[in-house]
Amino acid sequence: MTELRRTLARQRYLLDHTVASMTRRRARNLGLLLVYAAMVFLLASVLFYSSALKHEAALLLAEAPDIVVQRMVAGRHALISGQHAQTLRGIRGVRAAEGRLWGYHYDPAVRANYTLLVPPGAGIEPGTAVIGPALARARGAESGDVLGFRGHDGTLRPFQIAAVLPQESALASADLFLVAESDFRALFGIPDGQYTDLALQIPNPREERTVAEKVREALPDSRPILRDEMLRTYDAVFDWRSALVLLPLSGTLLAFAILAWEKASGLSADERREIGILKAIGWETGDVLAMKLWESGLLSLLAFLFGTAAAYWHVFGLSAPLLAPVMQGWSVLYPDFRLTPAIDATQLLALFFLTVLPYLAATLVPVWRAAVTDPDEVMR
Amino acid sequence: MNARVELHGVRKAFQEGRPNAFWAIDGIDLSLPAGGVTVLAGPSGSGKTTLLTLIGCLARPTEGRVRLDGRDISGLPEPFLAALRRQTFGFVFQRFNLIRGLTVLDNVMLPAYPLGTPHRSLTRRATGLLERLGIGNRVDAQVESLSGGEAQRTAIARALINDPAVLIADEPTANLDTALSLAFLDIVSGLRADGRTLLLSSHDPLVREASVVDRVVELRDGRLVADHQGKRGPAG
Repeated sequence: MTELRRTLARQRYLLDHTVASMTRRRARNLGLLLVYAAMVFLLASVLFYSSALKHEAALLLAEAPDIVVQRMVAGRHALISGQHAQTLRGIRGVRAAEGRLWGYHYDPAVRANYTLLVPPGAGIEPGTAVIGPALARARGAESGDVLGFRGHDGTLRPFQIAAVLPQESALASADLFLVAESDFRALFGIPDGQYTDLALQIPNPREERTVAEKVREALPDSRPILRDEMLRTYDAVFDWRSALVLLPLSGTLLAFAILAWEKASGLSADERREIGILKAIGWETGDVLAMKLWESGLLSLLAFLFGTAAAYWHVFGLSAPLLAPVMQGWSVLYPDFRLTPAIDATQLLALFFLTVLPYLAATLVPVWRAAVTDPDEVMR
Repeated sequence: MNARVELHGVRKAFQEGRPNAFWAIDGIDLSLPAGGVTVLAGPSGSGKTTLLTLIGCLARPTEGRVRLDGRDISGLPEPFLAALRRQTFGFVFQRFNLIRGLTVLDNVMLPAYPLGTPHRSLTRRATGLLERLGIGNRVDAQVESLSGGEAQRTAIARALINDPAVLIADEPTANLDTALSLAFLDIVSGLRADGRTLLLSSHDPLVREASVVDRVVELRDGRLVADHQGKRGPAG
């Protein structure tokens, strides 16, 4: 028999014995598996969710303008003149500069804010609106229905629903209310030629910072915001929300971790006796450690697989009912959507090492201590 | 299958360096030739079991030397001691120390796992041993369901699975009635006939005076107080 075959056969025997040994302590091992899988599930759920939200946000921002220019008055965002667009078009590196109209409207009927937006181009007829799916759900509105809003002057303005946006883009469009430019201006009392902000297109990403500098020079009361900065803000917000979920849970997680550590690291008198017997009948310390490594490895790997699979199903199958209220935002109109699976492999690997390695260490150290003593002492 | 064991000035202390320290074995010189049955006799606390653990490489002497076929084994590193426990010595414990929850067959095969012996030949060998010891019908039984005699035979089969030259049994008849004790001595007789060295500790007269015994070594307070021939006489 070659040495390799002998080694493989030996590992197979150890694995067989490990499985038999785990089956004998069924209740303890199942309990550990459950607690451990629950911990992995919680951590992985937050991880998957924030990762997918960041991914969605990045997709969303991919279509956003390269630079948004806002006018600031006394540190507050103010309307900006459309004439500045002409000035900005003159800056080298700027392909296009367009005024945008958008804002928020509070609807007391459903106690929620809508995002009102004039889409680029002449897509929407005056007197009509295209609405987001969550808004349609909240108001029970369909195509052809009429929704009325009171404008800045108290006048009630009716809008006939021309269409409801599709569900796929729900995260971005849930609370959207798209209207024609004339209706937007009339509703909020915004004079012609004034815009919420200006959107710039910069074909060469390396020129963005230089262009932003030039915008600041040309319009000293303006604030240029780069798309990268918006992406970083989204990331920070989602990270902050992840922390917000994990902080209250950290106590529970810690309790779980201590319980698992306690259960995993404590050797029962029975296990100690068994190690003594195995050593007395000729098992080496390395054989005992290999057996326990199989045991801890199997248990932690199963817990990791169950935990991550359950988290995947929770986040991408069920749309994370346990996390959605905190992670999606503070809006009343929660988007009803399914996230596209987006998993950060590095984070998953980090989770694997953070959950599996401490467990292996917790279980192996006491076994090693028991296994290096003379077998007659272990049995006494 | 020969293995000659020699002890020179062997001492073993417990609780060393503490006020309650004591010498369980206190200067033993002994030579056990290969083959034959030797009984370590003496009252409780005389050091019989400790001496067996030192000979069987389950513990190291505090002082002195243990030699196997002329080679000093008392200072060997743990992996070498484990190899000796696995292949040269077979141990039958007083309370048998079978692993609960496993079958008779699994318990018997356990000492062979680290060797990576092919499963089929290992199973065949274990089954053969159990049949020879008269419990071939109990291979699949859980060890918790065994009677005292069956548990002891399982422990003997486990001790023999790697075909050791020396079989060590600690108080083998302590948990058996007379009929089972006699049956055990029959097994000892068969193993002696195989050419193995058998080393038993016992304060049971039935064992000390058995016709299969070649030599009786008496211990008291960790010291050798008498060394005389058994009923069978000199080993051979």
